[in-house]
Amino acid sequence: MKKLFSFVMGAAVIGTALAPSANAWWWGKKGSEKASITVYTALEDDQIPNYLKSFERDYPNIEVNIVRDSTGIVTAKLLAEAENPQADVVWGLAASSLLVANDRGLIQGYAPKGLSNVKPSFRDPAKKPSWVGIDSWISAFCVNKIEAQKNGLSIPKSWADLTKPEYKGHIVMSNPASSGTGYLSVASRLQNLPSEEDGWNYLDALHENIAQYMHSGSKPCKAAGKGEYPIGVSFGYRAVKQVNMGQPIEAVFPKEGSGWDVEANALIKKDKIKPAAKTFLDWAISPEVSREYAKSFAITAVETDVPLPKGFPSNPEKQLAKNDLQWAAVNRERILAEWAKRYDGKSAPK
Amino acid sequence: MYFKKNFNKSFNILLLRILIIFVFILVSFFIIIPLLPLFLKSFSDNKNNFIGLENFINYIQNPSLTQSFINSLKVAITTTFFSVLIGFIYAYALTRTRLPLKKFFNTFSLFSLYIPPLAVAIGLIYIFGKQGLITQGFFGTIPGFDINLYGFNGIIIGEIFYCFPQALIILVSALNLSDQRLYEAAESLKASPLRKFLTITLPNIKYGLMNSFFICFILSFTDFGVPKVVGGNFNVLATDIYKQVVGQQNFAMGATISIYLLVPSILAFLIDKNFQKNEASLISGKSIPFKPRKNLIVDSIMFIFCSLILILVIGVFSSIVLASLIKIWPYDISLSLQNFRFSNVAGNGYEPYFNTVFMSIYTAIFGTIFVFFTAYLVEKFKPLKKIRMLIYFFSTLPIAIPGLVLGLSYILFFNKPSFSVPFLDFQIFNPFSLLYGTMGILVLANIIHFFTVCFISATTTLKKIDKEFEEVSESLKVPFYKTFLRITIPLSLPTILEIGSYYFVNSMITVSAIIFLYPAKIPVSSVSIVNMDDAGDTASAAAMSTLIVLTSLFVRLIYEFTSRNVSKKSSVWINPLET
Repeated sequence: MKKLFSFVMGAAVIGTALAPSANAWWWGKKGSEKASITVYTALEDDQIPNYLKSFERDYPNIEVNIVRDSTGIVTAKLLAEAENPQADVVWGLAASSLLVANDRGLIQGYAPKGLSNVKPSFRDPAKKPSWVGIDSWISAFCVNKIEAQKNGLSIPKSWADLTKPEYKGHIVMSNPASSGTGYLSVASRLQNLPSEEDGWNYLDALHENIAQYMHSGSKPCKAAGKGEYPIGVSFGYRAVKQVNMGQPIEAVFPKEGSGWDVEANALIKKDKIKPAAKTFLDWAISPEVSREYAKSFAITAVETDVPLPKGFPSNPEKQLAKNDLQWAAVNRERILAEWAKRYDGKSAPK
Repeated sequence: MYFKKNFNKSFNILLLRILIIFVFILVSFFIIIPLLPLFLKSFSDNKNNFIGLENFINYIQNPSLTQSFINSLKVAITTTFFSVLIGFIYAYALTRTRLPLKKFFNTFSLFSLYIPPLAVAIGLIYIFGKQGLITQGFFGTIPGFDINLYGFNGIIIGEIFYCFPQALIILVSALNLSDQRLYEAAESLKASPLRKFLTITLPNIKYGLMNSFFICFILSFTDFGVPKVVGGNFNVLATDIYKQVVGQQNFAMGATISIYLLVPSILAFLIDKNFQKNEASLISGKSIPFKPRKNLIVDSIMFIFCSLILILVIGVFSSIVLASLIKIWPYDISLSLQNFRFSNVAGNGYEPYFNTVFMSIYTAIFGTIFVFFTAYLVEKFKPLKKIRMLIYFFSTLPIAIPGLVLGLSYILFFNKPSFSVPFLDFQIFNPFSLLYGTMGILVLANIIHFFTVCFISATTTLKKIDKEFEEVSESLKVPFYKTFLRITIPLSLPTILEIGSYYFVNSMITVSAIIFLYPAKIPVSSVSIVNMDDAGDTASAAAMSTLIVLTSLFVRLIYEFTSRNVSKKSSVWINPLET
């Protein structure tokens, strides 16, 4: 008995001792000497270290703690922490999410150095903008060439193509109720047909062909990459990345134009705003890091000389369909309710 | 002399009362109070205006949402039926037959619980998905078979993977407490095996059976991990919460749906309480444990059954290992160990893995102590009946709270720097806020998230220890804590170890609550699995999952080794006649 107890206690003690500088680690290294800021981001995990290289080189005295999650989780976390915000800065989160956060009074307007370099449609027009964009992500189709051939499907080139009867049961798309990417496709269709009613008629027709609405923006593309379904409606960066990974994917940017949203930065409103947070926001739209963004994204907020990444259309700005971010944010609840009424309950599993 | 005895006794009772109240306060602060702010939201809109029952009415009136409720019920009923059935047969084989290779089957019995939910989904897709090994007949070598994974079927398979080990844990401990003398008596009366089964075995384990129904039902009713990835368009309540909270940041509606989720759990609690009234202690100090006899037919049927279950589970695990080694599934099947480096993953390398291991160790140690002590106070003593009932009720709630909801509630409560006192312009510092942003909050969230199953298995064990021990020690004027340390703990050690290992393996794989709570400095591997998969790096996600499974398996082996030594010693205590 005693032996066992001393074993358990021993294990606990060893466990604590083995933990790298146990105490600081348990308490999250709160008393560090460097200035440190907490950054919430929805940028992709594998891109972050590359981006941060120049920051770490130029500001060795600022420690950056990254919390990375999907757009929905980061936004929910921000809103839930409203009473005592933990983040100092938001970096690369959907502008539509930042509009919600701003609406709840969580954001402090700030004009970062070099703001004049940012294209006007990529920022909040206010003098001290609540959000400043870094890049844009646009909707695209991932088409699996091997599976398309197996099923005798031609490669769809436009939104209109997707409603052709041959694609019935072959298309997967992000669920707009759980994913921002899904919503931007839906919102874009509603804004780019002659009337909203036409938009809904289009979505009715599309729904006939959809096999699954998935709970994530990148999933449809991943499913296409693995051949689960031949066609995934997802976003451009994802499609191009999978092509470059060697999957038999063709990235299709629809003829009528893509839905889009901006990935943007913001300063969190709190009692003590750290100077380091502002330094970070200044850096985050600097030409140097923008060049890094431009290696993955076809459209960046700050113009760079980086050649277009492989796989994107040659004039990416032209690819953007008409989109009013403010309209999409204000009407979101109404649109999703209507969408759920039409497609969510009825859809039987295929 | 008289005075001293009296003093001791009243001191004993006073101490007990204080402890019970203390535990009550802890349980309230960790389970009930954090949930209040979120639940109040269900009566307000997103701008915090009070709107009464409007959310609840809106929910019921929306046909697509009520469909989710019916779907959740279907899933829960089907899953419960199969999980308890499989769990029962497997547990029966382990405890009541001479199953060949029993140690092996025992070690691997909880194997499906070691696999992170996302990895289960990856594995299922690789086997049963449109391009899956079975669907395509092993790359076209045999005729393929499509089970239509996405939707109801996929959810059921995934949920059974997750639920049957939980039923198994409870049923093994229930089947373990049996009295050989009853079976001997039945035999001398020439009772048929069926009759013995119906009149001795089943009544003996009715409490465990009841609890495993209760636990499987609620787990499958509230889980969102499985439906999220293989559910297709089959909506359930838990994915509705996900859509509301994560997709639309509509906390009010999310809270409303979680209240609906609590309904079956409260019903189950009420049924359970009524059921317990008729429960008499089945095992006395004089019981003799059951010794299974050889029966070639039964033993071989059991062997085939358990093997089939394990083949399926290990098959899914193998496909995860394969996924971690394959370059591009299913188009370029060349192998490499590249994916085990994790160097691309935000530069964290193995750090999340070690964080998770330590988090799980802490959860196992502190969680086990807390759970067992709570169960002991609730189960063994007479004072403060109402408060003990409340503690019991609170302890059964966490299982019905989806991790997502728990995580959010914990942010709202533990991130509050101070509470304002109503009607007074006065703020009280919130001491619990010190935990926020530390490893402590992760450990606490895990302890509470998995509290119910641990609590129930602790009470089940404590019930079987004869109250004689407490009575004898009382008459010998031994304070209760000495009885606790010298008798209760040694007797319950196998269960205590079981709870510890349950906490450990669950903390290794949990995502839903932790994803909201982990501090920037403490990345954990279950979250990095999700992130790696998000970034399209399925192979690295699978590699990390493989590591987690192997770690849990290693801990299980340590557990097997320790518990074998321990149960030898504790069985001497329970059955002194045997020696």
